Order: sequence, then C-alpha cells, then structure tokens
Amino acid sequence: MKPTPSQTVGPFFGYALPQAGGGDLAPAGHPDAVVVHGHVYDGAGDPIPDALLEFWQADPAGSLTGKPGSMRRDHVDGSFAGRDGVRFTGFARVATDADGHWALRTLPPGAATPGRPPYISVCVFARGLLQHLYTRVYLEPGTDPLLASLDPGRRATLLATPESPGVYTHDIRLQGDGETVFLDFG
Amino acid sequence: MGDPLTQADIDREIADIGAAVAKAVAAGEPEPERVTRDYPPYRSSLLRHPRHPLILTEEAEVELRGPVFGVTDVTDLDRDLTLHHTGEPLGERITVTGRILDRAGRPVRGQLVEVWQANAAGRYAHQRDQHPAPLDPNFTGTGRCLTDDEGRYSFVTIKPGAYPWKNHVNAWRPAHIHFSIFGTAFAQRLVTQMYFPNDPLFPYDPIYNSVTGEAARQRMIARYDHDLSSPEWSLGYRWDIVLDGPSATWMEEGR
Repeated sequence: MKPTPSQTVGPFFGYALPQAGGGDLAPAGHPDAVVVHGHVYDGAGDPIPDALLEFWQADPAGSLTGKPGSMRRDHVDGSFAGRDGVRFTGFARVATDADGHWALRTLPPGAATPGRPPYISVCVFARGLLQHLYTRVYLEPGTDPLLASLDPGRRATLLATPESPGVYTHDIRLQGDGETVFLDFG
Repeated sequence: MGDPLTQADIDREIADIGAAVAKAVAAGEPEPERVTRDYPPYRSSLLRHPRHPLILTEEAEVELRGPVFGVTDVTDLDRDLTLHHTGEPLGERITVTGRILDRAGRPVRGQLVEVWQANAAGRYAHQRDQHPAPLDPNFTGTGRCLTDDEGRYSFVTIKPGAYPWKNHVNAWRPAHIHFSIFGTAFAQRLVTQMYFPNDPLFPYDPIYNSVTGEAARQRMIARYDHDLSSPEWSLGYRWDIVLDGPSATWMEEGR
C-alpha cells in the first residue's frame, strides 16, 4: 500500500506532545544515570527553539522490549502523571527550549547486537522540517558498519562528547557546517 | 529587505515545481509518493533540511523495534476532545475514525495516536498563536488513543478553522488536524496533518503542496462518510493511514 505522506509538526505541538519530565528516562535516583544534552541548530547556525526530539533505546541489558508508561496519565484529572519512577520504558520525548537546548537523562543502552556499539536512536521533528529525520547518539566509541562507512568528520556527528563524569554533550545540526548524519533504513 | 512576499509569488513557485514534476512524470519518472523536505515555497524549510543525502543503513536493530504504550498512557476521556472542560466547545462536532496499517496492509495494534488542532475559530491554545480569533475556554484541542485489534482509532472533536500564518502576505492554512502515530517499529514513525475534503485553500498552501504528487496529496484528505454521521449530533469523517517504513517492517506481524 502507498504510504500516507508526512507533514511538518508545525509550531504549535508544544501543548500536545511534550510533557514535563519527558526527558527523564532513567528511574529516579538510579546510580548509573547519565545526561546527554545539546542544542539543535539550523543551516544558519541559529538554535531551533521549536524542535521536538524523540529517543528510543535498549535497556542496559540490551533488551528492546520496551515498557509502557512513557506518557502515564493521571486517571483522576487527566493530567500527565510522569513515569512511575521505577520502570525503564526505553522511550523519551523532549522539546527544545527557547535557546534550542535539550537534555536527556537516561541509562546507557546495552548492546542490542553483541559486539556492536550500542546507541540511542533519535527522531527529530521541527517547524520547517516537512518530514522527521533519524539519527543516532553513540555514547562510547566503537565500530559498526555504519560508523565504519563514514569519514571521520561525518562520523563525529554521531558520537557524544564526554563533558564531565556521567555527562555528554551532543549537538544536532540540520544543515550546513557539521551537518548531522541522518539515516535511511531502506 | 525586498518587497513582502505575496501569494502570487508563492503561487508561481508552487506552479514551477509542479510543472517540473509533471514533466518528469511525463518522461517516465514515478509520481512522487512522499513529501519534499527541501520545498522553498515553505520558507521555514530553507534552513531546516539536510543538504547531504540520507545515509542508507539496513543495520537497524533498534529502529526496527519501537516504544510500547498501554492503558497507563491514555485515559478513557482522551479520545473525546469535546469533554475536556465543563462546557461544550463551540463549532461543528465531528467524529474522525480510520485504521492505521503498515505497507503490507496489516493493522497496527495497540499503538499510540495523538492529535492536536486549532479550535473552530482557527486559534490554537498556544501562547505563540496570537492571531485575533477567540480562544474557546471549553476547547484545548489535544487528544490521544490506542489503536484496537483492527488498527482502528477514533476521535470526537470539533472541526478546526482555517488560520493565518506568516509565510507570506495573506497566507492561510487549510483546516487540518495534526496526527502523531507510532508504528510497531520506531522507523515507522509518522507525524502528519489530516485535511478536509474540498478545502478551497489547498492550491494556495505551500505545506499541503510540499507533497508534489497529486495521488499522494489525496492520501492526506479525509473522506466525508454519511454513515458515520450521527443524527442531530455530529458529522463523520473517515481517514485511513498507511505507515511508511523499511521493507523489513512490512513483514512483521503488527502488535
């Protein structure tokens, strides 16, 4: 069957899709939690304040089963209740702030394929972007067929930069110098 | 700064791109099935699309799986956008329903569908929407539901109004409902807009026309279904959605 075409997420998704704590994927107080944060930039190098990032990853054991509860609702008043603070759902959603900045607090993914470097899959939406883009964040260096196929400059756009213990920076550039590698899965 | 962009400028750009597509189709190219990320008539796309081609990788174990949602992630009231406040929203009450399918025609079961939209006057409940149309204290305009075993979703809402935007002078968006859909694989993710049949604003809108194939544009338009209309209550629209995605996702049984 023919696919339904994509359209931009537009400027007004902010009251519908993101929720407070959407980037807090790691269970509360987990000792292994890490933070990955950065900006999203456009082709002029300006931060994008109306982008939405979604993250999907394996749990620390490498399982891709996922768990419900990423968008838990309060069944009394219908508000967002946040995650239950215990289960690792594998999915997070974060809108960029007015400065184009985002932050994800997660647990490092385990290897979904033994011997391959684990990664966090990222789906990027924004006003002005007519169809979402997929990219990845690798927290630790390693080699897989995708990374090996890229020249070092482009490969670097998929690798998070250690900033301090447990904290990584990672910028996403939609266009221009240092343009992030975006993926097509065939 | 040059002269302000007019609708005539945008019309010309849309027509030129349309003519180039028609020429390619006449020369034997397939009609485009997908949106064009680099679509200059939509000015915001200029700096927000990659110039490098996407990198093909078929090693996508993570992306061929996806997040799961459950009864904790929705409430029973979420699918009826007319019940979120103490009073009834103003506008034309409608039901929107359809099925979510993969490219093999299999239903996408138990997955999350989210919608958001302007109110009947064409105003979003969002601080950055400041155009002079009234907010409706009885309408927020967000909803969600899980698909059933046939991949069916259903919402009760009011028909959104058209609204102005600043792409060019006198730019108006055709009425639409934003949809966000999860497939069984993260690689099947879709965010799009559902349009209403026979909207007079279609030819003028660069976002709608960023899908350059006519058949593909038609797949974004709901169908009025009189059997879905409810006597003295609401009008019915039906819209089926087919998720794109790598060929590997066509083979997997939907959940």
